[in-house]
Amino acid sequence: MTRSVRRTRRMLQLAGAGAAALMALSACSSSSGSAKSKDTSASSGSSASPKLSGSVTVFAAASLKESFTTLGKEFEKQHPGTHVNFNFGGSDTLAASITGGAPADVFAAASPKTMKIVTAKNDAVGTPATFVRNQLEIATVPGNPHKVASLKDLTKSGLKVVLCDKTVPCGAAAQKALDASHLKLTPVSYEQDVKGALNKVELKEADAAVVYKTDVHAAGDKVGGVEFPESAKAINDYPIVLLKNAPNAETAKAFIALVQSAEGQKVLSQAGFLKP
Amino acid sequence: MTSLHQSGAATGSRTGRPRRRRVGTGGRRGVPLPLLLPGLLALAFLLLPLVALLIRAPWGSLPGQLSSTEVWQALQLSLISATAATAVSLVLGVPLAWLLARTDFPGRGFVRALVTLPLVLPPVVGGVALLLALGRNGVIGKWLDSWFGITLPFTTAGVVVAEAFVAMPFLVISVEGTLRAADPRFEEAATTLGASRFTAFRRVTLPLIAPGIAAGSVLAWARALGEFGATITFAGNFPGRTQTMPLAVYLALQNDPDAAISLSLVLLVVSIAVLAALRDRWMTGA
Repeated sequence: MTRSVRRTRRMLQLAGAGAAALMALSACSSSSGSAKSKDTSASSGSSASPKLSGSVTVFAAASLKESFTTLGKEFEKQHPGTHVNFNFGGSDTLAASITGGAPADVFAAASPKTMKIVTAKNDAVGTPATFVRNQLEIATVPGNPHKVASLKDLTKSGLKVVLCDKTVPCGAAAQKALDASHLKLTPVSYEQDVKGALNKVELKEADAAVVYKTDVHAAGDKVGGVEFPESAKAINDYPIVLLKNAPNAETAKAFIALVQSAEGQKVLSQAGFLKP
Repeated sequence: MTSLHQSGAATGSRTGRPRRRRVGTGGRRGVPLPLLLPGLLALAFLLLPLVALLIRAPWGSLPGQLSSTEVWQALQLSLISATAATAVSLVLGVPLAWLLARTDFPGRGFVRALVTLPLVLPPVVGGVALLLALGRNGVIGKWLDSWFGITLPFTTAGVVVAEAFVAMPFLVISVEGTLRAADPRFEEAATTLGASRFTAFRRVTLPLIAPGIAAGSVLAWARALGEFGATITFAGNFPGRTQTMPLAVYLALQNDPDAAISLSLVLLVVSIAVLAALRDRWMTGA
């Protein structure tokens, strides 16, 4: 058993090394820069803008897709010669592949719990920083025909509501908000992720769902959004961190700096995220 | 792993020599090495993940985890809905198989391809397609809702529909294959002796293809029992109503891998028990 585990880990590492080598090749000049970066990292601040180059690989929560893609393009424009690769997915899946040896520079998770998977294995450098927060919102069928105005309205009988399952972050947050306001809600379904919950409303199979503000925003006019004050009691923090085995740490640091900068925060808040 | 390799190599070398001597005699004990090794590898590949499940199972906490009502609810629902989906497949699928095998109409090849589509379709796509067709707002579902007040999503009936959608092709393919192999002259003889087409089907064809129907039903039942994607997409996930075992396993995996392993074990044991029992009784000689 341990043998096969070790073997798969070795294979992962091999695959990782291969991918890293490919990246280095495609970026031509990056390898020497990233090799030296460790000695010089102490002296240069991120704002001093040293000559950055090479690819940086960012593993980020699926909910960050739109805003991080925008930020990636901005970063490449600011630093010609750099390239930002993204791997968007469920935070726990991403965390598992990072601890499994995937070659990544930056990890941005949708919850401190999933970030802990990475930090517990000492795969991160320093403490993760909360860069945005996400708040819950009620998504309704367009036009809000059932006149949902509050969290309490969702408990009305006859209304088909879907929640995320308690095992996934959006479900845990929704449950926290319900508990905090002493409301009991029986949904028609506990969905496996936030997009599943949103889809049921978009297809008008459900009348309402409790999802993130950013999801309502991303769905455009396919759903209506109703904010509710109880959501303040269940806000999700998004941490970001530099990874220990980052192939291109210097450029990665600059990307994290961009995410945290006023400019980055503007892009994120346009997507519906809250400031940390 | 290693022990399997060694035993494989040992049998290989033992049988290797007599094979050469027996060339031409057609000896049945001589297993060609090029078949034996890949065959054993295939066996190991298919069984190892299941063995790993057994090895990693949290045996100590197993009784506690399995005594929860949610597990029994999910198991009960899985068994009931898989059986109902198989029944639906039988009632609708056998006639379809007969039409495909015994009648000739333009575009039959195309229809046969369409019938097998759910086999290769990603189950989630199947679930979305079902929502668009039978959902509250779907092409047909809209009428079901406004005329009869029937909505399928988020109901146990919805689970059965989703499972039947992915499982029925297994039955149809199996029955159609058996029908094609069965000699149509028996039916023709029956009709020339005065039986109606339907009586011939009932009294001659059905007994003739019974093993194929049984095999197809077992396959369909097993597929329905393991169905995940279409179910969670079309019927949602609510304990006791639409949460089947595969859904419970998937959600348990998010924060309690041990519980997921325990649930997987139950599903594994049930599947093996039913497949083995039915295979012995119905499928030998099929």
